[in-house]
Amino acid sequence: MSDFMKSIGIVAAMALVTAATRYAPFLFFGRGKEPAKWIKYLGKFLPPALISVLLIYCVSTVNFLGGSHGIPELICIAVTVALHFWKGNVLLSIGVSTVLYMVLVQTIF
Amino acid sequence: MLTAIKKSFKYSLPVLFGYIPLGFAFGVMLQAAGYNAVWAFFMCIFIFSGTGQYLIVSLLAVGAGIPHVMLLTFLLHFRYFFYGLSMIDRYHKIGGLKWYLIFGLTDETYAILSTEAPPEGITRQAFYASVTFLNHCYWIIGGVLGAVIGGILPFSTEGIDFVMTALFAVLVVEQWKAHKNHLPALIGFVLPIISLIVLGADNFLIPALLAVSVVLMCLRPRFEREEIL
Repeated sequence: MSDFMKSIGIVAAMALVTAATRYAPFLFFGRGKEPAKWIKYLGKFLPPALISVLLIYCVSTVNFLGGSHGIPELICIAVTVALHFWKGNVLLSIGVSTVLYMVLVQTIF
Repeated sequence: MLTAIKKSFKYSLPVLFGYIPLGFAFGVMLQAAGYNAVWAFFMCIFIFSGTGQYLIVSLLAVGAGIPHVMLLTFLLHFRYFFYGLSMIDRYHKIGGLKWYLIFGLTDETYAILSTEAPPEGITRQAFYASVTFLNHCYWIIGGVLGAVIGGILPFSTEGIDFVMTALFAVLVVEQWKAHKNHLPALIGFVLPIISLIVLGADNFLIPALLAVSVVLMCLRPRFEREEIL
């Protein structure tokens, strides 16, 4: 299988599953038809846990034992979190920390 | 339809300022990974998800297997299922565009449509469709611009991939603010760190996601009891 077809496959797989998660509630649950309790439970408690996992995933390739020891990543995540608790503006939190990260890795680290 | 789009425009403005730069960052990362603007264009149309499209850049880079991509996407986009659940009433008998509206139910579109009422003089369907369509356009424009301009910017874009980390950090804070019970979020930190140390960066993610789901199901009796009290 060529790289081109493999890439098409990856994109198609993500597009299909993404659409499926969006369509599923409309296909399986109609008006007034309540989903099972355990589905509602997961809807409430799973998203915060999964988002945390994905934040760890974002820094999983960082080498904390050598190189820059993950210092620029930790600084910039702290900046994002602090800004977002303080101002709550998504674009500001992401913009400031990303630009700061670019400056840090291009100049100091 | 044009009137509807004009009247809906101001509701979509916050998303315009969010999607153009976030989409742009996606386009820049994608072209740095060796995929041109045509790829960006079609991904923005057919995936239409910031979290998914940031993730896919790293999946393409390692040539991930299809089952791996599907499981990861499912867990990543699990939340869309619950957006949909809460929109069933709003989208009931809304007309033929319903299936496009559902397709375009991103975090940001959901945030607008689940809170705003249609302005005077346009129908619900026209309002929902206009906002969804405008947001979709912003995302496509941002992504394609990033892929086209990314390679010829006069400064280095090294480090722009931090935008994905920042996005998830923001989502963690939003979830933290929205929930009184922080145990799920903490479980979501501890288990993957253990998994990362034991299994290494290449193999830790899916076991971690599954472990978190199982542990949360086991804690269900306890959490539900606390909810009632």
